[in-house]
Amino acid sequence: MAVARFWRKIPSRYNLVGTKCETCNTYYFPPRLICPLCRRSGVIREHKFSGIGTVVTYTTIYSAPESFSRDVPYVLAIVQLDEGPKLTTQIVCEPSEVETGMRVKSVFRKLSEDGPEGVIYYGTKFVPL
Amino acid sequence: MRQVAIVGTGCTKFGEMWGKSLRNLFIEAGLVALEGAGIGGADVEALYGGNMSSGRFIEQEHIGSLLADHSGLSATHIPSTRVEAACASGGLALRSGIIAVASGYHDIVVAAGIEKMTDVGIGSSIDALASAADREWEATVGATFPGLYAMMARAHMQEYGTTREQLAHVAVKNHYHGSLNPRAQFRNKITIDTVINSPLVADPLRLYDCSPITDGAAAVVLVPAERAREFTDTPIYVKAAAQASDTIALHDRRSLTTIDATVVAAERAFKMAGLNRSDIDVAEVHDCFTIAEIMAIEDLGFFEKGQGGPATLDGETAIGGKVVINTSGGLKACGHPVGATGIKQAVEIVEQLRGELGKRQVDAAEVGLTHNVGGTGGTAVVHILAR
Amino acid sequence: MLIGITSYGVYIPKFRIKVEEIARVWGDDPEDLKKGLKVFEKSVPDKDEDAATIAVEAARYAVNRSKLDPQKIGSVYVGSESHPYVVKPTATIVAEAIGATPELTAADYEFACKAGTAAVQTSMGLVAAGFIDYGMAIGVDVAQGAPGDALEFTAAAGGAAFIVGKKRIIAEIEATYSYTTDTSDFWRREGQQYPKHGGRFTGEPGYFKHVLAASNGLLKKLDTAAKDYDYAVFHQPNGKLPVKAALDLGFTVDQIKQGLVVKMLGNTYSASTLIGLASILDIAEPGNRIFMTSFGSGAGSDSFSIKVTDEIENVRSGAPTVAELLSKPVYIDYALYARHKNKIVM
Repeated sequence: MAVARFWRKIPSRYNLVGTKCETCNTYYFPPRLICPLCRRSGVIREHKFSGIGTVVTYTTIYSAPESFSRDVPYVLAIVQLDEGPKLTTQIVCEPSEVETGMRVKSVFRKLSEDGPEGVIYYGTKFVPL
Repeated sequence: MRQVAIVGTGCTKFGEMWGKSLRNLFIEAGLVALEGAGIGGADVEALYGGNMSSGRFIEQEHIGSLLADHSGLSATHIPSTRVEAACASGGLALRSGIIAVASGYHDIVVAAGIEKMTDVGIGSSIDALASAADREWEATVGATFPGLYAMMARAHMQEYGTTREQLAHVAVKNHYHGSLNPRAQFRNKITIDTVINSPLVADPLRLYDCSPITDGAAAVVLVPAERAREFTDTPIYVKAAAQASDTIALHDRRSLTTIDATVVAAERAFKMAGLNRSDIDVAEVHDCFTIAEIMAIEDLGFFEKGQGGPATLDGETAIGGKVVINTSGGLKACGHPVGATGIKQAVEIVEQLRGELGKRQVDAAEVGLTHNVGGTGGTAVVHILAR
Repeated sequence: MLIGITSYGVYIPKFRIKVEEIARVWGDDPEDLKKGLKVFEKSVPDKDEDAATIAVEAARYAVNRSKLDPQKIGSVYVGSESHPYVVKPTATIVAEAIGATPELTAADYEFACKAGTAAVQTSMGLVAAGFIDYGMAIGVDVAQGAPGDALEFTAAAGGAAFIVGKKRIIAEIEATYSYTTDTSDFWRREGQQYPKHGGRFTGEPGYFKHVLAASNGLLKKLDTAAKDYDYAVFHQPNGKLPVKAALDLGFTVDQIKQGLVVKMLGNTYSASTLIGLASILDIAEPGNRIFMTSFGSGAGSDSFSIKVTDEIENVRSGAPTVAELLSKPVYIDYALYARHKNKIVM
């Protein structure tokens, strides 16, 4: 993972900063520069999400690429934030604990690192409320 | 716009082809296709090569030039294009070639698909395949390709009651077909128990729910329909070549259990062809995971939404069934050299419609369909082919 | 001019390992250990937690509790012995994660277990000088004890964040006094994974000399005595040393009870004294006076005299109490503990 590419999105990764289209009142996380509904007539502003949401679907990953292989097994889920948008994230809990409809809140955790000499990538995961 | 015909096909064996490079595989498939069409390399006017990720697998880009060069065609300075749409690269290469002929730009075009995946370790393969998803917002947070489809599977099971056995039966059926296909990577027959007892990859998907890492190549020769008989006695006509896109990330889709790109591409295809779902005798659909085939046969319109599982378990998609799905063995048993799959699907349908497939032949097959998906549904390409 | 604590936040990971379990692996007698250390279990970080993530959680709680606009925070200092990077400060990660960037100063501190209180003193200085309105001081550690070493029974994980300022003070820092010498009682060389220590040398010439000197120095400076305080809290490497130091200074077991969190938590190193202070603030009433002395090997102690104000009632919600953080432990065995702490070299 390129350091610059990760760094560029730190406000979104650390603090759930996304966007909102003021024209149609739709919220976007991850952030979007163009509202798919309004396109050029959309007025886009930054929006910081509260970090509370609901699990829509989930899986437990048993086979992962190198940067995540040490964390296996881990729970991956699609969470719908209370403001509307859905994001993909890890849920920090036992695989047996997660269920569709579970309420969750955001926490700050390590995502991965570029090996023992590389940069550490921090970001947001979710825990049961 | 002219109608287009397929007049030659070629496909390598699919598998871990340690002794063969990307160049070897392409040449092998290409030569068979040209021979089938009775043409020489100098007759080819344009080349479209579907390939997802040669950069990450063999550190090679600029595939268009590479393919033309190693086909011996650099002297003719043939226009040669690499086409990429993740796992739909092959299907997209086919559509691109069809458009080139249909538009009148070129008369004789080769559409090929190639992927050489086994030169890197499994960890690197998994990471390369994750670039079919949203790198920034899916892969970076720990999503894997099987993980994304596993979430779709769970949602589908919760919404429609699709069962573990129904998913397993997709693999059982496709392995049975694979046992009849000398090109297939896996020729072993399996049972539902084999699937259910295989190691977990991303719950609920297990090893046998997932298509493998494969090397392979396939190619077809495309010509204007009005000239088809110059090249073969058994031309197969392209009735439709449709394509649709959708959001790249699964979490941005309208639905987690329907691939809208498939639905739209299918609608466009059937409209273009002026045909109904019931006209399709045989189809090659995108079973990158067992759940993907179940969603595909629903989203293509062969079965009601939510009925894909029961229909599969009841044998409606096996030889003798309502619409025979994946006689090649599908991505699961035939293998999934990513960029090659879309073209292999066309080769299988052409050979079905020509009556050449022996033990896995579908009787009196007149109309066939191919369905190729990129990522978790960011791209879908549907072709309808007929005698 | 009044300077004090505007807000505070604590984070303790939910996993625990019992002294019995560690003793089982190394063939030690758990009852002897529990009696000798007065520690029963210690906190263990999750696989994806480190000093930075714990510092962020504690800092976010501090900001939430006070509802302070993070842009008003003019400095972030993070003290730890287990910063994730040797070069690249934890403080900038915290500053970004609480929304305090970019107009602020920041740096990381190291002074063994008193790096957190060192950060508090620096913040006080910046506030008093008028350079900043509010400063955040954090003590955090995911402490490492070498496998089989005595420290392994107590080296724990946790973090405490304090916002220091002139306004909205919930607890005034009346005075601070420090005592510092060059004493190598406990150290870790660059590139080494685990610390080394001087055994019994860490007691009298280390802990006691500095804790007592700093504490007595502060009491003398303020002309106060142990009886003038409602609560006292000392650095807690185990459940024995702080009790002895307290009694030596004239404090009673009752005064130190609330702040003595080490028994079911372990030694959180740079967070140790500060989590003890937080535990007191969780229940303190306006007018209560708190005496606090930290200790860091190397060596030094920072002593503080703190007076709770009426504003403490305004910050009772928005963050969990120390008691809440200690209330729902998830026990793991030594194998999982070794995995969580990256002790297994791949």
